[in-house]
Amino acid sequence: MLNLLLSRLATAIPSIVGVVIVTFILTRMLPGDPAAYFAGLAASPQAIAEIRTKLGLDKPLPEQFVAYIGDLLHGNLGNSLSTGQPVVTEIATRLPASAELTLFALILAVAIAIPLGVLAAVKQGTWIDHTCRIVTTAGVSLPVFFTGLLFAYVFYYLLQWAPAPTGRLDVFLSAPTHITGFYLIDSALTGNLEAFWGALSQLALPAISMAIFSLAPLARMTRGSMLAVLGSDFIRTARASGLSPRTVVFTYAFRNAVLPVITTLGMVFSFLLGANVLIETVFAWPGIGLYAVNALITSDYAPVQGFVLTMAVLYVVLNLTIDFLYGLVDPRVRLDS
Amino acid sequence: MGLTMKRRSFIRTTAAASAAVTAAPAIWSEAKAQARNETLLLVTESPPNSMDIQGVGTNRPAYEVSWNTYDRLITYGAKKDANGNDHYDYTKLEPELATDWNVTPTSATFKLRKDAKFHDGTPITAKDVKWSFDRAVSVGGFPTFQMAAGSLEKKEQFVVVDDNTFRVDFLRADKLTMPDIGVPVPVIMNSELCKKNATATDPWAMEWLKNNLAAGGAYKIERWQPGQEVVFARNDDWKNGPMPKVRRVIQRIIPSAGNRRALLERGDADISFDLPSKDFAELKTSPKLTVIGTPIENAMMYLGMNVNQKPFDNVKVRQAVAWAVPYQQIMDSVMFGQAIPLFGGADNKFKGVYWPQKDGYKTDIAKAKALMAEAGYPNGFETTLSFDLGLASTNEPLTILVQESLAQIGIKSTINKIPGANWRGELLKKNMPMITNAFGGWLNYPEYFFFWCYHGQNAVFNTMGYKNPTIDALIDKARFTTGPEYEAAVKGFIDIAFEEVPRVPIFQPLLNVAMQKNVTGYRYWFHRQLDYRQLVKS
Repeated sequence: MLNLLLSRLATAIPSIVGVVIVTFILTRMLPGDPAAYFAGLAASPQAIAEIRTKLGLDKPLPEQFVAYIGDLLHGNLGNSLSTGQPVVTEIATRLPASAELTLFALILAVAIAIPLGVLAAVKQGTWIDHTCRIVTTAGVSLPVFFTGLLFAYVFYYLLQWAPAPTGRLDVFLSAPTHITGFYLIDSALTGNLEAFWGALSQLALPAISMAIFSLAPLARMTRGSMLAVLGSDFIRTARASGLSPRTVVFTYAFRNAVLPVITTLGMVFSFLLGANVLIETVFAWPGIGLYAVNALITSDYAPVQGFVLTMAVLYVVLNLTIDFLYGLVDPRVRLDS
Repeated sequence: MGLTMKRRSFIRTTAAASAAVTAAPAIWSEAKAQARNETLLLVTESPPNSMDIQGVGTNRPAYEVSWNTYDRLITYGAKKDANGNDHYDYTKLEPELATDWNVTPTSATFKLRKDAKFHDGTPITAKDVKWSFDRAVSVGGFPTFQMAAGSLEKKEQFVVVDDNTFRVDFLRADKLTMPDIGVPVPVIMNSELCKKNATATDPWAMEWLKNNLAAGGAYKIERWQPGQEVVFARNDDWKNGPMPKVRRVIQRIIPSAGNRRALLERGDADISFDLPSKDFAELKTSPKLTVIGTPIENAMMYLGMNVNQKPFDNVKVRQAVAWAVPYQQIMDSVMFGQAIPLFGGADNKFKGVYWPQKDGYKTDIAKAKALMAEAGYPNGFETTLSFDLGLASTNEPLTILVQESLAQIGIKSTINKIPGANWRGELLKKNMPMITNAFGGWLNYPEYFFFWCYHGQNAVFNTMGYKNPTIDALIDKARFTTGPEYEAAVKGFIDIAFEEVPRVPIFQPLLNVAMQKNVTGYRYWFHRQLDYRQLVKS
């Protein structure tokens, strides 16, 4: 197992190096001129040139690249021009916000999609199956920013059930003591129920919007995979041997059907990280997606590079985790390696 | 408040919430309800990127932070505008840190307030003022440029007479020198504190001041979460003006305009700029909110043509375009009436010493066609019309209307959308044939606008690349003269601008702000940021 993990890690290194090089070149190839942008309203060409020198953008590209790599090795991702802060600190404070939202949405989606998919497969052709079809079709057809805006309008503006979409916490609540950066966990650990309730109610709408979006592929995959397994010989044998339907479905069928679901889960997770950008804008969520978009709009290189690098690392970790999960679920994967 | 108390209030509020679901969002504990009453919640689109107005690349929202936390030597008085709202008065300079000043033809001597202190308790003295002014003219970039606009250029101009007396020696007689001392740039910084945080390579403490205040102004910063919120707390020891009424101001970043509007309408936020014109037009009829729209001084939205390229080098073509712009349609369906028309005046001549003002153009397709024929383009031509995507909510519908209208006189234009980050770079190249753009100057003098936008020095805002020695001479003359001679110069350059029409003025934008009924005291400022010091929340 350890060998497997190490060999996977080794294969990840070239991809990360590639990402570093590609993002560096890509951000430099963007047509915007950060010096002109940040020189402000009344800038003269001379003022812009001064800023360009200050930002080190007048140096040749290879020299800029060497400087960038040097900084990177020291754990320095540079400074964001638009917020004025070091990119490392910004990503460190914003990543938990995005992660909390994404994970919460994912857990929500899994909790609904898998039972729904399993039931739809077991009771194929009944109203549950049709419900599953409707929910998944609706889920894929509604873009996440649309559901987000719609929810904010209906549940905040019209009905007042949800709190104001102002970010992770109500303006007049203070954040729980920092332990993990996840407000739900931190406030639960410190027994700060007011903050817990506040964070949960802020989290509800964006998480539900994202869950609806990610529910569809998970439920479809669970249903399809379950149907295939339920029709196979060993299930027929199990049934013929008089095992209870519960044992047949959960112990034999589901465990065999779950492998493609895990793959889909990985894909959905990466989709969600992308969908974050939209949902964070709608709900003023101070996450990493909003940060990256703002940086792109202003041609702010350092945060864009930092964001892509963080995402690349996250994907690598995600892939490793999924490989690892395969091994746990299906012993054959372990043998193959 | 202890844990038990919190738990109790939590149980109470959740009980209330479950009793009536609709009450769920209003779960204020009592302390919070009180905090809410003493706090002004401001929702805005983009976050400040610095606390230092003299920093590299400091953005507009940061001007607001600086304006409310720092003092300047002098500030501007106030008047009532046509609608009875507070409006700063550019003709009246008033004390801030300086209690009194004496202006001679060669210098201005300022007496500083004796009991004024920085936030850390250090008394504010003339050496702090000198250090701050020296910094503004030395760091380069925007602050230095803005200082130079008022002929404040060299460190030697700034003299410490004694602890409470500071003198500015003039390089030349420039009527913008005194007004320029009241703009947001020359803030007074705590020089000892700054020097402590300066390094050999960074003598002006640029790095440190980006994230720290060395200020003595009306508000302190209680908390700053970059990109999310800034919390301001009143400085109760402030001496340089009337004590502000609002104790705390929270500035929260809400990127979605729809949500900012929803927050205002539901009464969860107190005040916001940054809404689309359509929203402001609708909110004006709302009984729940106060909406104030103030014409932005010295600003206009215009259609610019590159006079150095064919066919726009031909004045007849430019006039034809000016007669073909669908002005009223733009006012109605792009701006929803939220702007001041700059077209359809009685004639195409100077109307007084103010800017912007109406020119004589209106939509007259027949006249435009005739001019096109005269210019030798009876069948029109093809061109591109570019705009800044960063301001797409206005620019996009506007350019589409212009495109349709120009097609009627045979000009086939392709719309070219340029991302916000590239816009400045493209402007600098000065090779776009036709653009829509907006410009506003801080100092409300016609020659200030013309200096940036029409003068042959060819600043970035002379987006048309317009060069005319006659107009240059008139602008230069206006900058350094007064009386009838000044008026004649202003008349001269405005007449030329209307006749030659390198840029077609369309409208003067409004600065709109929406606030709850219980918020009063809003004052319009030329820098178009919110001044918390005059606001009252009852």
